[in-house]
Parts: sequence; C-alpha cells; structure tokens
Amino acid sequence: MVLLSGALLSTPLLAQFRVEVSGVGLTQMPVAVATFRGEAQAPQKIGAIVKADLERSGLFRAIDAAGQAADETTRPDLVVWRQKGADSLVTGSVTPLADGRFDVRLRLWDIVRGQDLGGQSFAVTAADLRLSAHRIADFVYERLTGEKGIFSTRIAYVTKLSQRFTLWVADSDGENAQSALASPEPIISPAWSPNGSQLAYVSFESRKPVIYAHDVASGRRRLLANFRGSNSAPAWSPDGRHIAATLSRDGGSQLYLIDANGGEPRRLTQSSSIDTEPAYSPDGKNIYFVSDRGGAPQIYRMSASGSNIDRVTFNGAYNISPAVSPDGKWLAYISRVGGAFKLQVMQLGSGTVTQITDTSADESPSFAPNSRLIVYATQQQGREALMTTTLDGKIKARLAGSSGDIREPDWGPFSR
Amino acid sequence: MKRFTSLFLAAVGLSATLLGCGSNVKLDEVPVENRTATSVSNAGAADPAARAVAPVQITGSGVSAVGPVGAARVIYFDFDSYVIKSEYQSAVEAHARFMASNKARKLAVEGHTDERGGREYNLALGQRRAEAVRQALGLLGVTDAQVEAVSFGKEKPAAAGSDEESLAKNRRAELNYR
Repeated sequence: MVLLSGALLSTPLLAQFRVEVSGVGLTQMPVAVATFRGEAQAPQKIGAIVKADLERSGLFRAIDAAGQAADETTRPDLVVWRQKGADSLVTGSVTPLADGRFDVRLRLWDIVRGQDLGGQSFAVTAADLRLSAHRIADFVYERLTGEKGIFSTRIAYVTKLSQRFTLWVADSDGENAQSALASPEPIISPAWSPNGSQLAYVSFESRKPVIYAHDVASGRRRLLANFRGSNSAPAWSPDGRHIAATLSRDGGSQLYLIDANGGEPRRLTQSSSIDTEPAYSPDGKNIYFVSDRGGAPQIYRMSASGSNIDRVTFNGAYNISPAVSPDGKWLAYISRVGGAFKLQVMQLGSGTVTQITDTSADESPSFAPNSRLIVYATQQQGREALMTTTLDGKIKARLAGSSGDIREPDWGPFSR
Repeated sequence: MKRFTSLFLAAVGLSATLLGCGSNVKLDEVPVENRTATSVSNAGAADPAARAVAPVQITGSGVSAVGPVGAARVIYFDFDSYVIKSEYQSAVEAHARFMASNKARKLAVEGHTDERGGREYNLALGQRRAEAVRQALGLLGVTDAQVEAVSFGKEKPAAAGSDEESLAKNRRAELNYR
C-alpha cells in the first residue's frame, strides 16, 4: 500500500444541486434575491447560490427578481417589491479588490415593514466566494427564522466511478467537492467528528474493512480499529472522546466502544445476533443500533454503557440505519416496504412514523446540524444520487453527480 | 409558518466581520426610515484555511496466493442464508486438508451479499457467511490462527446485474490465500 498526499487529486467534482420542489401545501416565506452588483463579472453567481440555498431549506419561496439589480446601498422601492409579492429582499454587491480578493456585501430588507434588517460583508478569495454566498444564506435564514442556518456547513460523501472510490468533502449544496481520499477499494460509512475536523470511515484498502480517522485539512490518517475480522460502522460520541463501532473480533458482529486516542475496545453488546450501526443520541446518554436479535433487523436503543436495551421500531421486518436529529426529537431510518427501501422519520416523543420519499432504494440518512433537513442516498434513473429533504418530505433537492454513483452522505457539524 | 416580528427587532445592533481576514468593515450608510444601516457580527465565521482538504490516494492491494488445486474457491449461499450447502462439503474438506499440511499458510474467508439492503447491515450478513465457513473449517481441525473471517458486504459484487442470476452469484464466500 502506498500513500500519496498532495495536490494531485484536487480536480473538483462537477456536481450540481438541483432544487426540485416535489411537495406543495406548506407556508413558505416569499423572498427575492436581487442580482448582486458586479455578480456578472465575478467567478460565482452569488445571488443564485443564495437563492438555491434558501429554496432547498423548504422555508422560502423565491420571488423572481426579474434581473433587478440592487446593491447593499440601494434603498429598495417597496411598492415594486410588494407588487412582486416579496416579504423580504436580499441585495448586495461583489467587488474585486486590489489584492485579487473580492469584497462581498449584502443587506437584507423587510419589504412589508420597510425596514433594514442588517448587512454583512466579507473579503474573500475567489475560492471562497461560494462560502461567502452560503454565509449570506445563513445570515438571511437566521434573521428570518430565528434558527441557525446550515448552508455554510459541509457534507462528506463517496463516489464510485468505474472501480475508483473517492471520499469527498463538499459544500452543503454538494458543490465545490474536494477529494479527501481516493482508493481502488470501497470506502463506506464516513462520519464527521463532532468538531468537524476529522472523518472516521471504513476502508477496504487492506482487503478487509478497517476503520480510519482522517484529519481532513492535513490528510493525516490513523487506524482506529484494525482488529481481527471486520471493523465497521464508526459513530463518534458527541464529546468526541469515543467511537462506537461494530467489530467481529470475538466472532459475530457486536458493538464496542473505542477510545478516540486508541486502545483496547470495550464490548457494549453481548448477543449471538447481529448488532451494528450505532448512533448516539445528541446528549451522549444513549446509543441507537440495529439488531436482528428478534429474528429480523430492528432498531433498538440502549444506554451508552450497553445497558437497558429497548426496541424502538415495530413496523415491518427490516428497519436499519438509524440517525438521530441533533435536537434529539427525530429518528430517521430506512425500512423495507414491499421490497423497496424507504426513508422514514419517527417523532421520538410520540413514536409517530412518516414515510417521506417515493423512491425505492433509499440509504444512509444523516441530519443537518439544525435538524431541519436530511441528506440521504437513493437511486434515480438507475444512478445512485444524493437528495436532501425537509422532515415532512415536501421539499427535496437532488445533488446530481456528473461522474459516477454518489452515496454514503454524512452531514458535518456547524463550523466553529 | 410563524411570524418573525421579534426577529426583525433582533437584527438591530450587530457589527460586521470580514470573512477570512477578521477585520471589521463598516457598510456604507443606507438611507432607511428609522434605522441606520447596521452591520452584523459573525463571530462564528470559520477560518477558510480550516476548510482545506488534503487529498490522499491509495494504490492497489495485493492478489491472492495459490491454494489447493482443483478445490472450489467460492461458496454460494441461498437468499438470506448463511448455511453451507452440502454440495460444498468436499471443497471445504479440500481447503481444510490443505491448511493442515501447510501450517504456515493463512486463509481469508471473505463474505459477500447481494445488493439488496443497507451497506452496514449487509456487511454484518456477509460476516455471518464468512464465519460459517470459518467454523466449518474449524470442525475439520483448522485453527483460528490460520483463518480470518472478514466481510465485504455488498461492496464487491461478482456480477453487476440486478437479475436473480447475478444476485445469486454475489451471495458468496470467497476463500483467498495470503
């Protein structure tokens, strides 16, 4: 095995998020994003990125700005924007600076009340123009909803092209993907560390599944679990100090706890069945997992030390891949329903389950850090693709990969 | 959708931060009805340098070494089953004899599944198939020190299709000597 680290692989993946509103009947805030002054001359279309971000959240309906340009110093004509039906208006500018960077500015207006809701400015390199657009979308989202936006967070995913597997780190809209790892052998189950600096994942590069922790910025990798048999399904504890994982070192797939700094694993489950896919509750007190101890795979919950095991799913004979929302209120998972595999969302307080997709090969759900969106893998037109969805399933957006199958998404934490 | 009146008010009185260089830039004053153009603090802004991604490239892994001549190297399983069918008993015995007379050799039993279902759950199912072969070899005297049971789940299909014939070819355990 040879490791090459360097700039060889920095070719960006040309992927496009397309917002596809596949549901109706919900209240959305009408927001207009004006053409930013100078946008046409800038390498990134800031306004378009902001608009797509806001639409993908499901909370906003984009009002056609009809090419109307307005920068952060423009006082908008309230009558005109009210006629268009906009409750809010995003204005701004992109200006090249002498040092090659760009000065990006925005201002948000409440059109209904005729109030300036504040502005923001960034001096960024061309490479960070997309990031500044996501930060603008976060600003707008936070001002208008009172909740933190997730547009400037990152997602990890894996592509398979021919027999080449690549682990990517991309913007939350799937664009600007950068290769973290390329391998001729499969890579599965990437999991962001709670501080967003590392990815744990399962790599088959040594002809068996082995868990690595990979510092994304430096490319430094370390073995987290390379025990006899298979090592898989890593899940960071919310404090980042432990990784729960599935090991078969003692025969059979069982859950273990591994110190993030290495050392001897501590066995969490003691069964003769399959126990796998651990997922921590956000308070770190419980671990959800999949077990076939009842004869078919179902989701269970136990304490983080492995005691007090309760069954969580009861509908159907195949429920796998649990993901708990960061606010602790929702459980997303995959159910086999009549031969199809479908994303489900359970409200943990009531136990109410909603099936939120009409696709048939859903996999690997992962919540956005504000608990408002889920990214998941599925198949569309015979290709593996990633989708985001609101928790009610009404607004979905597809990350359409231009190169190969896209799978195994994991949504990273808020940046610090 | 709730109204956002309180949020409008909350927007007042914040100051702007430059992303990337950390110094403040006051936005131009904007004529507004009752408020000056406020700028906004974004103290949580990440350092873009922290978003760098260093690429790592893995090159190929090794190939299988030679095992017993003439013995089947792949054992196929029925759907949702990890029972070794009787037709493979002679192959398992041939591998056990080979291991007994080649104590220095190591064998990897690699379990695989068809494409249906989740990746991690299939990894566990493939592990069951590999363990079943390992245990069958153990009954014939092969020590655990010589055999490692691992799983590839659905990640390395032998046949690409989704028809039943392809799926059947993928539900397997491969015996690979190291």
